[in-house]
Amino acid sequence: MLQDKDRIFTNIYGLFDRSLKGAMARGQWDGTKAIIDKGRDWIINEMKASGLRGRGGAGFPTGLKWSFMPKQSDGRPSYLVVNADESEPGTCKDRDILRHDPHTLVEGCLVAGFAMGAVAAYIYVRGEFIREREALQRAIDEAYDARLIGKDNINGYDFDIYVHHGAGAYICGEETALLESLEGKKGQPRLKPPFPANMGLYGCPTTVNNVESIAVAPTILRRGAAWFSSIGRPNNVGTKLFMLVGHVNTPCTVEEAMGITFRELVEKHGGGIRGGWDNLLAVIPGGASCPVVKAEDIIDCPMDFDGLRERKSSFGTAAVIVMDKSTDIVKAIARLSYFFKHESCGQCTPCREGTGWMWRVMERLVRGEAQKREIDMLLDVTKQIEGHTICALGDAAAWPIQGLIRNFRPEIERRIDEFTRNAHRAEPVLVAAE
Amino acid sequence: MSVRRLAEPAVQPATFAFAGEMVGEAQRWIAKYPEGRQQSAVIPLLMLAQEQEGWVTKAAIEHVAGMLDMPLIRVLEVATFYTQFQLKPVGRQAHIQVCGTTPCMIMGAEKLMDVCRSKIHHDQFHPNAEGTLSWEEVECLGACVNAPMVMIFKDTYEDLTPERLAEIIDAFETGKGDTVIPGPQTARSVSAPIGGLTSLTEEKAVLKATRDREAREAAMADAGEAASVPPSKSAKPKTDAPETNPAIKTPSPEKASQNGEKAASVGAPVHSAAAANKAAEAVEKVEKQRSGRAPHDEPVTAFKAPETRQGAARAKAQVARPSLGDRNRPAGIEKPAVVDDLKLISGVGPKIEGILHSLGIYTFAQVAAWKTAEREWVDGYLNFKGRIERDDWVKQAKALAKGGVAEYIRVFGKKPV
Repeated sequence: MLQDKDRIFTNIYGLFDRSLKGAMARGQWDGTKAIIDKGRDWIINEMKASGLRGRGGAGFPTGLKWSFMPKQSDGRPSYLVVNADESEPGTCKDRDILRHDPHTLVEGCLVAGFAMGAVAAYIYVRGEFIREREALQRAIDEAYDARLIGKDNINGYDFDIYVHHGAGAYICGEETALLESLEGKKGQPRLKPPFPANMGLYGCPTTVNNVESIAVAPTILRRGAAWFSSIGRPNNVGTKLFMLVGHVNTPCTVEEAMGITFRELVEKHGGGIRGGWDNLLAVIPGGASCPVVKAEDIIDCPMDFDGLRERKSSFGTAAVIVMDKSTDIVKAIARLSYFFKHESCGQCTPCREGTGWMWRVMERLVRGEAQKREIDMLLDVTKQIEGHTICALGDAAAWPIQGLIRNFRPEIERRIDEFTRNAHRAEPVLVAAE
Repeated sequence: MSVRRLAEPAVQPATFAFAGEMVGEAQRWIAKYPEGRQQSAVIPLLMLAQEQEGWVTKAAIEHVAGMLDMPLIRVLEVATFYTQFQLKPVGRQAHIQVCGTTPCMIMGAEKLMDVCRSKIHHDQFHPNAEGTLSWEEVECLGACVNAPMVMIFKDTYEDLTPERLAEIIDAFETGKGDTVIPGPQTARSVSAPIGGLTSLTEEKAVLKATRDREAREAAMADAGEAASVPPSKSAKPKTDAPETNPAIKTPSPEKASQNGEKAASVGAPVHSAAAANKAAEAVEKVEKQRSGRAPHDEPVTAFKAPETRQGAARAKAQVARPSLGDRNRPAGIEKPAVVDDLKLISGVGPKIEGILHSLGIYTFAQVAAWKTAEREWVDGYLNFKGRIERDDWVKQAKALAKGGVAEYIRVFGKKPV
């Protein structure tokens, strides 16, 4: 088990002093100038050596991403954009960083901004996080007052941090949609290339990073890449904020070592599964867009990128949604289909039409009001949506359904059989496309 | 996608303007963005307008478009795209946003919506008769470890039960919403586990002062150890006996000749894998082979020089096979008309059957009649290491000779393999 002294987020529950003074007492803003004095290349190499993979879900190496930024400015300013549009169902780690440990993020912005030569950072906070935004703004104001950031600051790199917010659109968590939204437009993803590192915010070189990726950076640089990469398994190193959601006895957010097994995570921090381990039905291991995994497959699975990939799922944001046997699994996934239908931005046809189509079929499958061949048809349609859209929302909408069919096909067929037996009582329901 | 349209013209107010501190707030937002990029402030300004009016009116959209020098359609696009903007009037006292996405759903969000339906209005976005309350189902609000939860204005109310939500709705309806403490509605503190902390229990452990002190102590301990602790002897065998008698003078003054030493030394015993694999008599009383493979003198994978013909011949000669002329050799017969399937005896395969045939053994009756000495001879001839005894070929053969497979099954309770 990870020890408190190896935790990066030392105030994730906000029980200790949240002010700048308290954060400094816990070691933040310690030797930031020394880190900056070591130069851009040292920071980027150290981040690469640490093996940190982006904490927003895709797991792209953070150091590598930073290194894509132009070394020499061509006259355009560079920007760092922090993605705090945390909307993936099940995920609520950034919320705790923003409201309880914001100085990790503020310091991270300065260090990351320096490493990529950015003039300013925009932190895009989701619209619903109003109190969190206020807490973050307080922390930034404190940092300005203490001359840690801003013009002529004591760290020797002029840097501004601005807070921006959205207004309730899941799609703005996609990096190019976030940039569109930040420019004051509808949040519709852009085609890539050009990548944001060449043409991002306002047409300038931009890097978009998750809150957690940025917030862990100063601690990694202070304690060394070797310390960070010694935690966890190769290629899946470091610590991570896990969220235990759903049918565990004590749901919580907790920082743990990557690669901890599901069993250990739940026993140590979740207080066990509600009704015991035999009552576990399935787990969605990384937020809504990850395929569901059956109980027997996940119990001893190491919770990291590779461990869950082997289980045909994905680590995502480490939002572990636990479902016990009281759950209507088909309905749970159908609700996710509704979510994706609701959040599709409407730009690409496969996603705009497909998410609604899939949701309507899923709703019928919940009742069993379908033909068995429609299960395969649904699977086929998910494959046609997956990979045929500009952004990954189409994929995200397809994966939960694919996971459901892979793992719970007998349950869907049982419902169809049951409905067919009682078909003489049912009235045909016609659902109009919206 | 969801279909969102502006409210009926009848309910739209004629004008809009930021009032009070909202004016300064709006200017602060615009100042955050680079020159010529004021459009970025459109979402924050619309949100301020919603905060002021309760919902986003058409007049507010036009006003914001004018402030930011944007085409009206672009602001309309934004207002209709983002679902947090209320395009129709909502409850004056409270607009309750119930999170209905899967993490909250599996924890009972549907019951919360039932409460809203019974206490407010059957339909979402539809204010109750007095116009004080309204509700809607929203997508994930990002407080999933505290599911189920609702959001009212700027605050979240988490870990709810239907009863608690009913109380909260009542409080807001009577204008006492500020008496309800936001956050978890149970004994729990924020997103920490309810049963007590499993990490970060005391601040001392994570304070920089503590870490620095520990690092200092570790550094000092390292330095101290290097200076004072002698090299460890833990890997040395512990013995008090002197290795040589100090009285003996070495090297010996006597000249020793090589030839003399050779004559004095005894030849090492010949290695025998079978002997090495035998259990010690003291341990197992009966002298027998251990089960399992005989130990190899060298790893199986070790490189072996290709065997020459000479070497092979020598190896063959070394195997002490009982001679065919031995008197203990069981008597063979001429091949009879009906040959028993000796393979039915457990332990006899096609190869062994061939060897037995070559010895003139063709029937179960012959095997059943073997005496101890004969069994030992066959065992040795087959290089079988006592397997005939272990598998009890005689008993098997007796059963097979007496009544075939049926008798075998009766005696042994299983089919011959």
